[in-house]
Amino acid sequence: MDLKMDLEERLRAETWGKPSSVNDLPQRVPPDRQTPFPNFASHKNLQKREDQDPSISNYGMRIEPSFSEFNRPSECQPPLPSNPISQDRGVQMNDILQLGKTQEWDPKAMLNNLSFLEQKIHQLQELVHAIVGRRGPVLGRPDELVAQQQQLITADLTSIIIQLISTAGSLLPSVKNSLSSASTPPIRQLGQLGGILNNSGSGIGLDSNLVLPSQGGSKVPDQSNQVDPMDQSAIDNLEDHESKDDEDGDEGENLPPGSFEILQLEKEEILAPHTHFCTICGKGFKRDANLRMHMRGHGDEYKTPAALAKPHKEAGSEMMLIKRYSCPYAGCKRNKDHKKFQPLKTILCVKNHYKRTHCDKSYTCSRCNSKKFSVIADLKTHEKHCGKDKWLCSCGTTFSRKDKLFGHITLFQGHTPAIPFDENKGGLSLQGEHNEDTNKVGNVSFSFGSSTPSSGGVQNIMEDVKGNVDDPSSFFSPLSFEASNFGGFNEFTRSAFDDSEGAFSFLLQASCNYPQKNGGQSSSNNLE
Amino acid sequence: MKRQKMAVAPAPAPEGPALFDLLSEEIVFMILDFLDEDPLDRKAFSLVCRSFLALESRHRKSLRPLRAEHLPTALARYPGAAALDLSLCPRVTDASLAVVAAARGDALRSLDLSRSRFFTASGLMGLASRCRGLLELDLSNATEMRDSAAAAVAEFKNLEKLRLARCKSVTDIGVGCIAVGCRKLRLLSLKWCLGVGDLGVGLVAVKCKEIRSLDLSYLPISNKCLPSIMKLQYLEELVLEGCFGIDDECPVILKDGCKSLKVLDMSSCQNITHVGSSSITNGAGCLQHLALAYGSPVTFALAASLKRLSMLESVKLDGCMVTTSGLKAIGNCCLSLTGLSLSKCSGVTDDGLSFLVTKHKQLKRLDITCCRKITDVSIAHITSLCAGLTSLRMESCSHVPKEAFVLIGQRCHALEELDLTDNEVDDEGLKSIARCSKLSILKLGICLNITDEGLSHIGKSCSKLVELDLYRSAGITGLGIQEVARGCPSLETVNVSYCNDITDASLISLSKCKRLKTLEIRGCPLITSLGLAAIAVHCRQLSKLDIKKCCNIDDAGMIPLAHFSQNLRQINLSYTSVTDVGLLSLASISCLQSMTILHLKGLTPSGLAAALLACGGLTKVKLQASFKVVLPQPLFEHLEARGCLFHWRNKVLQAELDPKCWKLLLEDVMH
Repeated sequence: MDLKMDLEERLRAETWGKPSSVNDLPQRVPPDRQTPFPNFASHKNLQKREDQDPSISNYGMRIEPSFSEFNRPSECQPPLPSNPISQDRGVQMNDILQLGKTQEWDPKAMLNNLSFLEQKIHQLQELVHAIVGRRGPVLGRPDELVAQQQQLITADLTSIIIQLISTAGSLLPSVKNSLSSASTPPIRQLGQLGGILNNSGSGIGLDSNLVLPSQGGSKVPDQSNQVDPMDQSAIDNLEDHESKDDEDGDEGENLPPGSFEILQLEKEEILAPHTHFCTICGKGFKRDANLRMHMRGHGDEYKTPAALAKPHKEAGSEMMLIKRYSCPYAGCKRNKDHKKFQPLKTILCVKNHYKRTHCDKSYTCSRCNSKKFSVIADLKTHEKHCGKDKWLCSCGTTFSRKDKLFGHITLFQGHTPAIPFDENKGGLSLQGEHNEDTNKVGNVSFSFGSSTPSSGGVQNIMEDVKGNVDDPSSFFSPLSFEASNFGGFNEFTRSAFDDSEGAFSFLLQASCNYPQKNGGQSSSNNLE
Repeated sequence: MKRQKMAVAPAPAPEGPALFDLLSEEIVFMILDFLDEDPLDRKAFSLVCRSFLALESRHRKSLRPLRAEHLPTALARYPGAAALDLSLCPRVTDASLAVVAAARGDALRSLDLSRSRFFTASGLMGLASRCRGLLELDLSNATEMRDSAAAAVAEFKNLEKLRLARCKSVTDIGVGCIAVGCRKLRLLSLKWCLGVGDLGVGLVAVKCKEIRSLDLSYLPISNKCLPSIMKLQYLEELVLEGCFGIDDECPVILKDGCKSLKVLDMSSCQNITHVGSSSITNGAGCLQHLALAYGSPVTFALAASLKRLSMLESVKLDGCMVTTSGLKAIGNCCLSLTGLSLSKCSGVTDDGLSFLVTKHKQLKRLDITCCRKITDVSIAHITSLCAGLTSLRMESCSHVPKEAFVLIGQRCHALEELDLTDNEVDDEGLKSIARCSKLSILKLGICLNITDEGLSHIGKSCSKLVELDLYRSAGITGLGIQEVARGCPSLETVNVSYCNDITDASLISLSKCKRLKTLEIRGCPLITSLGLAAIAVHCRQLSKLDIKKCCNIDDAGMIPLAHFSQNLRQINLSYTSVTDVGLLSLASISCLQSMTILHLKGLTPSGLAAALLACGGLTKVKLQASFKVVLPQPLFEHLEARGCLFHWRNKVLQAELDPKCWKLLLEDVMH
């Protein structure tokens, strides 16, 4: 554990060096946020950007409208206290200040902290009051809500205690190191809670705007099934976290092993052609690297190696939260409300899944003119193999290589090679082999092309027809059709797999790896 | 003809039927079983009376119709015929197959479509759905057949023997279908199926565990498919002739292989060197027949490696470079060799061969064709040591003196086949050879030293002679042939081509050989229509006739031929004096399938066209290329649709050479 703690410290130190970078990973952080304390600076930028392009709302981390959005659902959940946002933000700033200046004790910051704690306790009081006052009405409501409220209170209390400890800790310069390690869990916890907000799927997660606000608090009880009780409590704390999230959101996770944070992008975001936008001119890019290249044109400060470097590279691969994504399409298995919800691993997965499953297939293969795709990469993959995947098994499986087909047939009893469809279609020589039609045509032309009347030929043809009628379907491999369907399915799975190696993979993987470890550790810290 | 038979047969009729009625059907069937030798005997039997006809119809197990059009009646008449050979039908359509399927259904056991064309995959599929009892199917030469047809073949689930030789369009996929579908296969021939490779063959080996005999000649396979073949538990015969993809690595695979293998043919595998060949023998302990023809040189090491094959009976080393030490090693190691073929082996010497035969006294079949270095020394050893020799082929052993052939006659009385083509044998030799009373095949082509006198000895003593070849043995005139014809009533094949002095008298005497089936009298200018008419009248079984360059044969010869030789299937009329009338008259021979008509001076285009149209069963016609332009294209299209193939030749007329001069020319070419 000591080792872990040490590591923790180091990591935290790094994180503090670039607080925002970690948090913004899933949102594909614009370069301007790489400055040591970007939060304040980036506010304006972000807001500006938000104004320019509403579709990139996921960058609007601390934007007023989003708060109101958040507050709306909270109103329909009476137990949730609505706190003055400005206050929260102030606290947040203080928090950051405090974190940033651990080395020298700042009495003002301390004062701020204390007043924050005071407010926090007041809020808690109000909440408990409200609960007591609403006992009656609440009785009619599901028990979950009560439990949830209790959890919220617990979470709030926890955060207050943590805050208290960290504040006290800052008074002791000699125990700075241990302090910082001690203060880590709370911070992470906060961040985690922020992350969980997204998770909860209610309108709360506006920090990243990844969640559909409309889904509201009514959904909360559902989530309680999936989400750790601790996370649920975070709903109460959201005022704090909505802002904190930004930097700490990914830092810590209190989820038991195997659980994860669920993010949900909106349809518009999923379908947006560009995901990286220049903060200066607003131009959109598909890749962050392209944006960075573009940024060079905006001034020398963007030409520094640091600005041009791949962001978050140094963030390390160990300290990230597991993120999983939910499809916004209600009723979809990839939607978090589905009973057998299967999360999507990366944003690219989300995009491809959404396009493949819930969008029109607008790209048609120019070779076969029959296969359609909604993801252009799928089309390209298909076109590479279109017409080449000619090795079919009777079970409908297609193979690009003959030896693979034969290996398959060797392995499975009763499977047999299927005759390629085009052979059935004909194009056969003189005596047309399989295709009855060409065959008969061939015969007819013989018979009538000749100088003598050959009724025998005609008769043959007629009998041919009869013979064929007996067994019309058997000449064609009945499975070749299925096979083509299957091919589609194959392609789907294959592309889904490819996604992990897609253009964004470096970002996404990094973002996945980082929280994973960190989360695990923080949880163990908390347990201790 | 029918009337004649009827006239002969009713002799026992007055009392016969009553007696025969006492015999049960089974007993009559047993009697009929003995009538297999000559198809005309059965015919005669069936023509005796109604009950005989019915008996014979029920007894008949196999049919070989000449025309698919008659299939319905033939199948109705012979309800017991479960084996059907349609290879002689010029046109076997899906309709024909449907008729077969409807008439026989599950009772059909064997079907030969080896030269049939015009049927398709759908016809096969229809057959497969109704004839589930089919055990044997021959689809050889179906060069147009594709995988879809192969997939139809796969529907014959009980198939045990399948021949697909020269089905060039079938690929691994088709063979894969067959492998999966026909699990009971015991014999499979994929010879010349150039589209089939390792994968298809490998799958066959994996799926068809019952295989006994596998012919993979000339397939583009490599070593990869051999391991799975070697796992076949019952494999007895494996033919890998001309598989260039198999190299020295393969014997290593064969090493741990197949304990049941009895016949292995790895002839013409160019990429197997002597290293590979010597190690082949490591594993296959019960191998009985081994062929390594046209392969690596037979050295001491290779020959010595044969030692391990204790069961080996015959070795075929045709066309290999053979060293004396190799021959000696073969002599030393193989215990029970009964067959040895060293045809066209360079390097066979008296020394090696003599030593070899001292060790292999059991030899029954020896082929030393074109071993030009051997002399009377070898012959002396062979004849004195291998008294049990039944077959000796020694064509073109040009250094063997005439005296040596006397030895053959003196010592090898068991000989049944003797090939002395292009040798120095003379009348003395023949006189001696005449002692081989069991002789059935005698080839004396290009033996310029023999005369009628020698041949007379043969005719007097070799009564079992079935085949006699006197090609270009110009010393033969009429007398010898007469003697042979008198003494050898079972002659079936006679070749007296370019024996310039042969006359009608010889043919008239030959006409006593009732069983004559093949007669070649090319280049005998003295023969006229009279002689041919005698043959036609008496040799009713004649099926192949070559009268090329018999310039004195004209329409007068064709008319009796057309009338009597109803079994004639193949005729070469080139350079004769036959005209339109003669050719047209041949149309009455319903069996006629193949005609070669080059340089017929009296033939007009319209006559030819009429004849071609009239001969309904033609499958192959060789014609002068000039007719292609003269006759209308639709005619040829129509004939091709009927199943006839045309071969166009553009040969110029050549003056015939004196036989001696011809042989000198031949030797010039060779040296």
